[in-house]
Amino acid sequence: MAVLQSKQDALQARIAALSFAPQGWLGAARSDALARLTAMGLPGKRDEYWRYTDPTGLNAVEAASVNLFDPGDEPAPFSGVDRLKIVFVDGVFDASQSDALALEGVKIERLSDAAEADIHWASGLYGVLETRGQSPVQRPFAALNSAFAGDGLLIRVTQTPSKPISLIYQHKAMTSDVILHHCIKVESGAEVTILENGAAAARLNHVMEIEVADGARFHHIRAQGRAHTRQAVTHLFARIGRNAAFKSFTLTANGRLTRNDAVLELLGADSVAHVAGAALGDGDFHHDDTVFITHAAERCESRQVFKKVLKNGAIGVFQGKILVKQGAQKTDGYQISQALMLDGDSQFLAKPELEIYADDVKCSHGSTSGAIDETALFYLRSRGVPLRQAQSLLVLAFLAEAISEIEDDVISEDIRQRLQSWLARHEH
Amino acid sequence: MLEINNLHVKLEEEDKIILRGVNLKIGAGEVHAIMGPNGSGKSTLSYVLSGRDGYEVTEGSAKLEGAELLEMEPEARAAAGLFLAFQYPVEIPGVGNMTFLRTAVNAQRKARGEAEISAGDFLKLVREKAKALQIDAEMLKRPVNVGFSGGEKKRNEILQMAMLEPKMCILDETDSGLDVDAMKLVAEGVNALRGAGRSFLVITHYQRLLDHIKPDFVHIMAAGRIIKTGGPELALEVENNGYADLLAEGV
Ligand SMILES: Nc1ncnc2c1ncn2[C@@H]1O[C@H](COP(=O)(O)OP(=O)(O)O)[C@@H](O)[C@H]1O
Ligand SMILES: [Mg+2]
Repeated sequence: MAVLQSKQDALQARIAALSFAPQGWLGAARSDALARLTAMGLPGKRDEYWRYTDPTGLNAVEAASVNLFDPGDEPAPFSGVDRLKIVFVDGVFDASQSDALALEGVKIERLSDAAEADIHWASGLYGVLETRGQSPVQRPFAALNSAFAGDGLLIRVTQTPSKPISLIYQHKAMTSDVILHHCIKVESGAEVTILENGAAAARLNHVMEIEVADGARFHHIRAQGRAHTRQAVTHLFARIGRNAAFKSFTLTANGRLTRNDAVLELLGADSVAHVAGAALGDGDFHHDDTVFITHAAERCESRQVFKKVLKNGAIGVFQGKILVKQGAQKTDGYQISQALMLDGDSQFLAKPELEIYADDVKCSHGSTSGAIDETALFYLRSRGVPLRQAQSLLVLAFLAEAISEIEDDVISEDIRQRLQSWLARHEH
Repeated sequence: MLEINNLHVKLEEEDKIILRGVNLKIGAGEVHAIMGPNGSGKSTLSYVLSGRDGYEVTEGSAKLEGAELLEMEPEARAAAGLFLAFQYPVEIPGVGNMTFLRTAVNAQRKARGEAEISAGDFLKLVREKAKALQIDAEMLKRPVNVGFSGGEKKRNEILQMAMLEPKMCILDETDSGLDVDAMKLVAEGVNALRGAGRSFLVITHYQRLLDHIKPDFVHIMAAGRIIKTGGPELALEVENNGYADLLAEGV
């Protein structure tokens, strides 16, 4: 499809300042990605999956400047979790702040170091899942990422490691514009937990390609950066084998613009794919979860659980699709997206979709938006719980289903605490 | 303890008058019962006393130990010692019963300038009180009232009352929907709290409950007013003859 000249010009302007380094095994992948991107152009309001979210800030040549977020005395996410820490500062790996990249059962390499080496497994993943994820819905920012990613990690998990791998994205420069790309392969029978936290940049483009082999389990919990005007577009692409599990949870509090895509393919029988999110927005906040789950094998279960708490004009978007291919019998697909409006100014836009080509499946989807239950609020107050505290309790209760998607108790408690302190700070 | 004077209440949203001059004085340690036909305004009275939105007080006052309740937020009324066992206890998905109880107990302590109860002491206390009401550990773990049977919900109300130790307890049809055994359990729970100057206002349709919770006074409410007050024998009269005669008298 020919792309309009104006779109082409916008794309050329957008990528003009990005450095393109097509060397080593990555070179071909980057060149292919650039070709994909050029064929698509940048997204605009007319694109079906960009109707509710304006990509202008992501398309802009330069990242808008962002004030750094001061967390005060609140501990950093996952502080209480024993983990392997890997720190990036404005999108660049920082060895001095990171633990040694050594963890039994896991091989971790920097994308920028790996370009020269022949990393066979990664060449089968880098840009490959992203390419699969371009159909039937185009995702230009992911192609842009594959073409121009500045840094990232290649993580191969052959045996279950003793602790989670924690990626910490520090944001230090007010105008940093960062492209990160990670590839993760969880080999048969292994289980790994990846934690991510931090804003990373004024504008972040993040891609994670994940291969979950037969019998493997992948857990992903992330807390996105809280800088108020930061922008982020992220993509998770996963290919899930037989009898395997993929579970991802994202906490988003603040941010001017967040677009989180998840493109998950269940390719082997008896597997599960869970993707969940809790988003908290006050004021100038726009948060978009766009999920596409493909059931291509029998007896798989997928869950999408997204909860958004919105106030003072914040906007929440959910676009979620379950595609059940022919032959994917006994599919169990569940999708729920809900918004809790703390006032009358906020907006929630939801587009749930089901496309089913098998006859013996169970799929349900629901989307609601509403205010705090006044009856429950009165009940709590009549027991002596002050109004603000009662509201917070009910907001947490609203989010509980999403938080309960996190399997690890220590991590889910960490997330709950974070939600609670956000609510306490935004009680007014 | 509680003194209600000439209380007039209408719905906030419409011009519907529900209470038309209620007068009621409950002394410390007394048990009063209110009976009356459906729609006479009994629940409205209990809601207005505890501060629910949607009602407008057009006249009158309600004082708890001399303090004007009608000017306080619901949570302040609770901290001052008022408790309402709801006719229809509310389900709160996502909030565990234990969390709910502990939050309430500590909120009231805080409001009164007392220290929070320790987790250990709290647990001990809940277990002890729950046991008496035959509320098992499973029910304590579940979200507040979610999936509870009618009887379980009512027992859960009494558990809250036992934990919060209010001065003035209002029970709105706590007996309705209960079988005889469950009602006995609830009545025992209430009786265990009697004494120490604690007062009760028991709203009920049936003499049954009053066999177990002996009232000092019985009031008949009709069309938003208390039309007759008497001793326990008044409840028997209602049980035997219904409200018709009393209503005729009251006009
Ligand atoms: N929130 C409300 N909205 C509409 N009508 C109400 C409301 N609360 C009470 N009423 C009406 O007020 C009257 C008294 O109700 P209620 O206090 O529940 O009586 P009782 O508890 O004695 O059965 C009834 O006619 C009822 O329909
Ligand atoms: Mg009633």
